Amino acid sequence: MSDRALAANAVFDAEAAQARRRWLTSRIVIYAILVVFAVVYLAPLVVVVLNSFRDLPEINHNGLIAWPRSFSLDYWVQAWSTYCVGGTCAGVQRNFYNSLAMTIPATIISTVLGAMNGYVLSKWKFRGSEFLFTCMLLGVFVPGQLSLMPWAFLLGKLHLANSVYGLILIHCVQGVSFTTLFCRNFYVNIPDDLIKAARIDGAGFWRIFWKVIVPISPPILIVTVIWQFTGIWNEFLFGVIFTSGTQQPITAALVALGAGGLSVHAYNVSSAAVLIGAFPPLLVYFLGGKYFVRGLTQGAIK
Amino acid sequence: MSSLTVRNLTKNFGMVEVLKGIDLEARQGEFIALVGPSGCGKSTLLAMVAGLETVTSGEIWIGDRLVNSVAPKDRDIAMVFQSYALYPTMTVRQNMLFGMEARGVPKAQQLEAIERVSGLLQITPLLNRKPGQLSGGQRQRVAMGRALVRDPVLFLFDEPLSNLDAKLRVEMRTEIKKLHHRVGKTTIYVTHDQVEAMTLASRIAVMHQGQVQQFDEPQAVYDRPANMFVAGFMGSPSMNFIPAQLVDVGGTTAVVINGAKGRETLALYNGAAQRAAGKDVILGVRPEHLFRYTPELQAQKPGIATLTAPVELVEPTGAETMAVMRIGDSEIVGRFDPDDAPRMGEDITLGIDMSHACLFDPSSQRLI
Repeated sequence: MSDRALAANAVFDAEAAQARRRWLTSRIVIYAILVVFAVVYLAPLVVVVLNSFRDLPEINHNGLIAWPRSFSLDYWVQAWSTYCVGGTCAGVQRNFYNSLAMTIPATIISTVLGAMNGYVLSKWKFRGSEFLFTCMLLGVFVPGQLSLMPWAFLLGKLHLANSVYGLILIHCVQGVSFTTLFCRNFYVNIPDDLIKAARIDGAGFWRIFWKVIVPISPPILIVTVIWQFTGIWNEFLFGVIFTSGTQQPITAALVALGAGGLSVHAYNVSSAAVLIGAFPPLLVYFLGGKYFVRGLTQGAIK
Repeated sequence: MSSLTVRNLTKNFGMVEVLKGIDLEARQGEFIALVGPSGCGKSTLLAMVAGLETVTSGEIWIGDRLVNSVAPKDRDIAMVFQSYALYPTMTVRQNMLFGMEARGVPKAQQLEAIERVSGLLQITPLLNRKPGQLSGGQRQRVAMGRALVRDPVLFLFDEPLSNLDAKLRVEMRTEIKKLHHRVGKTTIYVTHDQVEAMTLASRIAVMHQGQVQQFDEPQAVYDRPANMFVAGFMGSPSMNFIPAQLVDVGGTTAVVINGAKGRETLALYNGAAQRAAGKDVILGVRPEHLFRYTPELQAQKPGIATLTAPVELVEPTGAETMAVMRIGDSEIVGRFDPDDAPRMGEDITLGIDMSHACLFDPSSQRLI
């Protein structure tokens, strides 16, 4: 019998109809709630995006939250290359590059170190390795503010204060507990037999790492890279405290933008600068977000 | 010359004694099965031979080399794991090449080895696949291939068939046996499956609680188990144990057991051998040595003793029918031809083939 014939023969089923109505109601409620939250979260972003194209008199006249009546890309150009931040009038591009110069090496170094740590702590356990891992885990829970003074002291001694290199060092050290945690938990699920087989095959510590472990690591490496990149890029406290002027990463510079001491606050340029600063982590998340969720939830290859 | 000699080997994990003085030796080309229930230490023993576990005390010799502190890669061994342990990101070819590359085998020799082994195992069409694209049986084959390209002194197998389904397991078992015949390498094979041990091995080491209970040829282990553990472990259904007492009947020794109808006397096959009358023993009889009694049986087989027992349960398996019968306080299992199987509730007169019966000491559990 075809489906259509079946449908024609179907008797009205009150129970089924009620179940269907209930399902529909619950869907509507769920979507309504989701829409409300989406609006709440997205509204500020929309305001900032719109303001980055509006001219200043219009903003001052109609207020920050209003439908745009003017449109110009000028403020983006100004924010990028000519606007005066902390005494230099070269926009935020310098700070943007500072952020890149800090975030990329710090992300790579902390991820590589985390992968190696995880490999050792899961596959080459030694007396006290669990204790060591617990100690490293503490870094995950200790707030960064707590280490401000020690860092200030250390950077001074190393002559790395007010430099991107100092920030790279800080973020590598601060990030290693996270990357180690991620990688170790991923590697723990890789069967030990794989390592044993490789050892019998004649591979040593490093060959096993590069040829066996790293090739199965992309899911967790993507997670750590996204985590580290967004975390380091968005980090503000260390940047604002240990650097100034031309050495500042973009997050710190954005504050200077608001507190520039100018009589008029250029909301449109600030908005554009904020968006420029928010762009790289967004890009990284869009490119790798799919793997991020998958990597956090999945175990290793069985 | 023996390929592997293990002398008085012990292993402790903290306070736990896992192996308590293991002695073992494998002659050139032998297939040794280490069999025992889980936790008996057989896998630990294998891991120590492979060099993956340290030695607490004792000696391991591979060939004429003491290898106690030699790294796994330098022991000239190859190992097949229960989980196959294939490198998931590499193709079958790369899996087999990995070890040779690590050891710096010349390129031409690598290719030659791959060709030889993949031909032998019929995995040539799979060479460019990844392990994830292979079935269980194919992975098993590749795992063996990875071991074979090495051409080692010693092959180690750690429960290689446990992850396969029943049918495939039997097929692969046959294949491993053929392969061993063809390659002729000394092999140590760990399994918890006594059938695998019986079918494959030239000698079986039955392990229990960190000790080798018996180390002998399969048929000897089956026919003359050294103690009640071995007797119970090897064979399915396992050997029946019936409490009995030795008595002297006109100069020959017999055993008396508590049967369904009071005390029954069963003459021992080699009853002439003098034994201390009055001693308590355990009579061990395998299920296939119980028959429905007929006068012809008496004529065919020497040493038949008779006994009547009520049948409590019948389990047909197709090829043969198992019957559970009661003798005194113990239940015994018999293996019968389906055409001649006892029925439930029947009082069957059993003919027991006493020539294959074993006697054990109840206190030491050893074979008498």
